[in-house]
Amino acid sequence: MSEEIKVGVYICHCGSNIAGTVDVADVAQWASKLPNVVVSRDYKFMCSSPGQEMIEKDIHAMGINRVVVASCSPHLHEATFRGACSRAGVNPYLFEMANIREQDSWVTSDKTEATKKAKALVAAAVGRVAHQQPLESLFVPIDPNVLVVGGGIAGIQAALEVADSGHHVFLVEREPSLGGHMAQFDKTFPTLDCSACILTPKMFSVGNHKNITMMTWSEVDKVEGYIGNFTVTIRKRARYIDEPLCTGCGVCQEKCPKKVIDNVFEAGLGYRKAVYTPFPQAVPNTPVIDRENCTYFQKGTCRACEKFCPTGAIKFDQQDELITIKVGNIILATGYDLFDARKVGQYGYGRLANVFTNMEFERLTNAAGPTGGKVFLRDGVTVPKTVGIIHCVGSRDTNYHNYCSAICCMQSLKFAHLAMEKTGAEVYNFYIDMRTPAKSYDEFYQKVLREGTHFIRGRVAEVTDCARQPSEEGKLIIQVEDTLIGRQRRIPVDMVVLSAGLQPRADAKEVAIKFGISCSADQWLIEKHPKLDPVATMTDGVFIAGACQGPKDIPSSVAQGAAAAARVLSLIGQGEVEIEAATAIVDEVTCVGCKQCIACCPYTAIEYLADKGKAHVIEALCKGCGTCVGACLPKSISLKHFTDEQLVAEMIGAMQTMKYLEATEVA
Amino acid sequence: MKYNYYPGCSLEKSASSYDVSTRAIAPALGIEFMEVEDWNCCGATEYIALNRMAAYALTARNLALASKNKESDQLIAPCSACYLNLRKCNQYLYDDEPLAKNVNIALAEGGLSYEAGSLRVRHLLDIVVNDVGYDAIQAKVTKPLTGLRIAPYYGCLIVRPDFGRGKHKSHETTFDNPEYPTSLDKLLKVLGAEVVDFPYKAHCCGGHMTQISDATGFEIIRRLIKGASDYRADMVVTLCPMCQMNLDAFQGAVNVHFKTNYHMPVLFFTQMIGLAFGMSAQEMGIGTELVDARPALAKIGVEVPPPEDEGTVKKPKKDDKSLPMPRLE
Amino acid sequence: MAETATQARAPTFFQQVIDATPGYSNLEMCIQCGTCGGSCPSGPDMDHTPRTLFAMIRAVEVEPSMKERILRSNTFWYCVSCYHCMERCPQEVHITDIMYTLKRISVKENIYDSSKAPDFSKTFINWVENYGRAFELGLMGQHLALHNPFGAFKLAGMGIGMVTKGRMAFTPTPIKDVKGLKAILAKAKEIEETL
Repeated sequence: MSEEIKVGVYICHCGSNIAGTVDVADVAQWASKLPNVVVSRDYKFMCSSPGQEMIEKDIHAMGINRVVVASCSPHLHEATFRGACSRAGVNPYLFEMANIREQDSWVTSDKTEATKKAKALVAAAVGRVAHQQPLESLFVPIDPNVLVVGGGIAGIQAALEVADSGHHVFLVEREPSLGGHMAQFDKTFPTLDCSACILTPKMFSVGNHKNITMMTWSEVDKVEGYIGNFTVTIRKRARYIDEPLCTGCGVCQEKCPKKVIDNVFEAGLGYRKAVYTPFPQAVPNTPVIDRENCTYFQKGTCRACEKFCPTGAIKFDQQDELITIKVGNIILATGYDLFDARKVGQYGYGRLANVFTNMEFERLTNAAGPTGGKVFLRDGVTVPKTVGIIHCVGSRDTNYHNYCSAICCMQSLKFAHLAMEKTGAEVYNFYIDMRTPAKSYDEFYQKVLREGTHFIRGRVAEVTDCARQPSEEGKLIIQVEDTLIGRQRRIPVDMVVLSAGLQPRADAKEVAIKFGISCSADQWLIEKHPKLDPVATMTDGVFIAGACQGPKDIPSSVAQGAAAAARVLSLIGQGEVEIEAATAIVDEVTCVGCKQCIACCPYTAIEYLADKGKAHVIEALCKGCGTCVGACLPKSISLKHFTDEQLVAEMIGAMQTMKYLEATEVA
Repeated sequence: MKYNYYPGCSLEKSASSYDVSTRAIAPALGIEFMEVEDWNCCGATEYIALNRMAAYALTARNLALASKNKESDQLIAPCSACYLNLRKCNQYLYDDEPLAKNVNIALAEGGLSYEAGSLRVRHLLDIVVNDVGYDAIQAKVTKPLTGLRIAPYYGCLIVRPDFGRGKHKSHETTFDNPEYPTSLDKLLKVLGAEVVDFPYKAHCCGGHMTQISDATGFEIIRRLIKGASDYRADMVVTLCPMCQMNLDAFQGAVNVHFKTNYHMPVLFFTQMIGLAFGMSAQEMGIGTELVDARPALAKIGVEVPPPEDEGTVKKPKKDDKSLPMPRLE
Repeated sequence: MAETATQARAPTFFQQVIDATPGYSNLEMCIQCGTCGGSCPSGPDMDHTPRTLFAMIRAVEVEPSMKERILRSNTFWYCVSCYHCMERCPQEVHITDIMYTLKRISVKENIYDSSKAPDFSKTFINWVENYGRAFELGLMGQHLALHNPFGAFKLAGMGIGMVTKGRMAFTPTPIKDVKGLKAILAKAKEIEETL
């Protein structure tokens, strides 16, 4: 650097957060004697306007061209101070921050030690900043197209918000129709709105929207690229039905002779045909043929649907289609799976006929369900006289899932109301705690109390058909401790409903890897920050919304869908996005083309240029983690803003200071 | 296959038929048992009620003695209570270092020591169904128990606690489901019997409860016998001497207390294996039960129609409104 | 063991129970759900369900008289060690182990309502410590004489049955190294005193 280096050092008090432990005046005084330091000040709140103006004034007045601020974590205010430098004409990468709060005053109780450490940290920063180079950020354009994965309520909401703004949305859904789990429900709490009635208008909006390309019976195969520039390959699976020709008349379904248990939409409680639409209001109204159960595909005979189709839309030779699209942002709204209640052996699901899961009960009460909305026992004809509803099945349990599934208490209350309304039965709810936090939820609990539901506070120990006395014969007995009276009770009921919890989709991990994001230990897709950034992920350009991020109710899913859409629209509105300039760079002269860096890059941000035989960093994907720098044997890759020179200067600054301070310590 | 064998106090006399039948079928199963040299009582549920360190030392002495035999690192217990004590001791010594250290100091006074986790403690049923295997057993059946309705009774300690569940994963996991085990059911099926799957098959027999409060103890026993009886079982087959004693020896007292009239014989699974292999009732120690098993055993050999196929999804008939059941497998 | 250190103060009965249980008891994790009380086969005959007892143990700190009520309860003496509660507990509380701890504390502090169960254990232990193996006839004989003489008549039929079927030993069989066993147990008890 031909230019003379002039460093300005600013020590922040941060009120008493730093100044209460570190002698900031002393540190500022001491820093003024460090090499290249032209001015050294301390101030109460550097991040405030006067604080920033102080830096800007010094830059103008004294020709400061390197700035060091010793204050809090860069996570909070690196951007702030970089901004101050920029405004005064100094490249933001000629700024360095020393964290003397989180890394010093907040973790050191001894004041002398804290001050010593502060001096070392400041010296480190001053040493480093002298070697820093001006860098320019990369700006990448944002493709205004958006991909939404998942056609449930969250995905639908996100898609509509983006599409209404005028931008194009590709909506990919794995099942034959939109709707997700919400389409399976009968009524929704707390308003007892009919689920299909409030959902289907939105589904139709999506189906008819000029800005939405809806691809159902499809899955995302591959994702490449980076924020603003994703290339996505979608597998549109063969429906074996020519969509433009199909009118949705339903004759094929009527004539199909093969009946199959519907394990998806009917939760195993009802039947469908081998050619089917999952429910009458399906969007699109085009059926699909289930290859594994179709007599033609398995044995080569039948073809009844083809015979009867009035428009000749059945096409057995249809193939999967691979479609490649370019989008700028992706919203994942892939939803949840239901906990498998068979795992809880003591509740007898799967062995005892009249033990049902929550989803099975939804299908029973649903007017379009297998019993036309009537609540019957497993024999399909008997109306239960007593119903027991068990909360927390598979949730809040270290043996299965440790977390609370958020919606089961409300769902159980809803079932209590519906069971009573439809059958007049005596209803018992068995709970540990009653979780009714959101708007109108507790009022719903009170409504159910008023209706005469029996509440027993106790986690059910077992459901059995083994009678101990004549009054229990022929019933299911729920054995539980009624904790509020401290006694074990046996309650004979006709029907048991298990409120099984919510769990991540079985393929959540694969999906996360495919889209370059992560899962938590529980396998929910993980957000950027649990409090302040619940819809973004650590991968720029990929957002999550709805139950895939964690168990939640419909209003929260809708809110998250809209939030993700808003984030995406903000990026599209900006038109381009700034990529952090601290990226890796390959020295093509010394690179030997061994590809070690490519193998170890966690962001797949390095490509191999075959014609040159060299590695090349895709700057937009590079996160500046430095793994490649460590792996590179000829030391051809270096990390901008974290060069060896800079890091060594930083270390020397700190170590020399500690050595000096220890040596000159007053005994 | 060689194993260390820990009979436990009950198998000496009060449940001698279990020991006799186990040893009798061992050669046919390809098993060689090496009895632990000079083993002592595991402590049952009594010693640990009044002692902590000494209770672990008492049980650990057996682990230490077994571990001296270098021919096998597996310790087999036919009694569920002994199995639980040995397994739990092994697990807690593994988890709790100070406990292991102190127990070894105590063991040293008897010239012994034990490294936690160096032995694998297993129940007799475990090695029969998993090491010998159902297929190998089926191949040796010459006199299938066709016509006999048997209620398999596991009791509690063979399948609980499962230290492998939840957060604290460990090496002492159970070999069958803690709520709803099926290994003995499968074994009896393989021996040709009709298996009666009654709901209380893994519920507790009450242990020593009859001696603490006969009303409570007898009620616990009554539920089990009633369950097997309601499901029309001809006999109950068990794998623990305490369970056998409670259900068999105390059945008379239960009948008196509740004015019931049960005659449910209770045998050990090893006796059933022996009978199916063509060995005599005498060799199996049958005849020592208080509730006579002979009327039930007289049924073997009677022709019965093959059981209904429960595996396929039945096509719903025209008027059948019943809803499909979820499948367990 | 509870994971965070609380401020230094006199150990509570709650802490005493946790410390006296080998391995980890997880007693602090109890959310009072009642699965244990619901699962227990002898639950209906207990003074307090296990869950209630855990709540009472927590309360001893502010209500010292609760301790005696806990130890006088028949709950842990009625525990049959079936481990159903421990298996099903959603918070992995080692309930059965805590029951054993309460038995030990109850006898050590000599606070219990009925001596029937403690005496049964003591009688059993006596035979094991002197012979190395359990001795049923001795156990039943002593126990019935002490606590249930009329019971002896009720169980006479069973007793005779056991004898005629050859299932009753008339004398105890000692192991070879009774001396070694006694030394081991003595040492273990000595260590226990120091804890």
